[in-house]
Amino acid sequence: MALIDLANPTRFLALSGRLLPWLAGLTALLLAAGLAMAFTAPDDYQQGATVKIMFIHVPFAWLAMFVWGVMSLSALGTLVWRHPLADVAARAAAPLGAAFTLLCLVTGSLWGRPMWGAYWVWDARLTSVLVLFIMYCGVIALWRAIDDPSRAARVAAVITLVGAINLPIIKFSVDWWNTLHQPASVVRVGGPAVDPSLLWPLLVMAVALTLLFVTLHLAAMRNEILRRRLRTLSLMRADAVAA
Amino acid sequence: MMAVMTAWLGPHAAFIVAAYVVSVLVLGALIGWIVLDRRQLDRKLTELEARGIRRRSDRPPSGAGGAP
Repeated sequence: MALIDLANPTRFLALSGRLLPWLAGLTALLLAAGLAMAFTAPDDYQQGATVKIMFIHVPFAWLAMFVWGVMSLSALGTLVWRHPLADVAARAAAPLGAAFTLLCLVTGSLWGRPMWGAYWVWDARLTSVLVLFIMYCGVIALWRAIDDPSRAARVAAVITLVGAINLPIIKFSVDWWNTLHQPASVVRVGGPAVDPSLLWPLLVMAVALTLLFVTLHLAAMRNEILRRRLRTLSLMRADAVAA
Repeated sequence: MMAVMTAWLGPHAAFIVAAYVVSVLVLGALIGWIVLDRRQLDRKLTELEARGIRRRSDRPPSGAGGAP
């Protein structure tokens, strides 16, 4: 099946319906393996057992940015190619991205209190991630505020693309400014600076939580397609009643 | 319970447990919302279809066999 065939929502529903149980099963298996590895990993020589928070905090941070990246690609699909599923994908991804960003902030605060002595500091990395969370909430509110779905899609797509400028700011904030947040230790020039005994649980959790996002995103996209069908049918019913 | 956690996870056990509990709660709420949303949509769609409101592509072809 060519990728372009998925542009048809009915075909997408059929394919995603077959894929979802397998994805959910694989996600559950990887999450179980990742959690087992996380809770049997040795303590860090500086952080002690609080390094276990990193096994969820770091994947949440990656996903917070990755989901906005997905939404930005979808925004291009809406504005440039008018792909029928592009706005569906962006709209379904936004609440998931907001949840991952919120979890990134909360787990980071819970790690910061014992390690830094503060739940929150107005450092460039933390502040730019807070801005990302506010942007997620804003774009969700925007979709809900505009009644016409195609107009809402175009406005949200423009805002999403403008907001994408925050992604490199988040990534490089620790290099550009003097921050309390530590610099990159996994994706960096010269390879990861993390010991393999801690790196592997982190990577498995990252893959597991990314698969969780893919699973939930497909399920939320299916809901969004059905919501649009429901809207169409409700309008047809209103027309029938008026006639 | 907390004493066991502290013995296992050290002096900052409460922060570690809180981080995982919050994550489970938020992700659980997300999954629950998606599942409940799907059920609600299915119910509303079934109601409309029961009243004979269908999309054109879902309707049986009218006048089938009429044309040569």
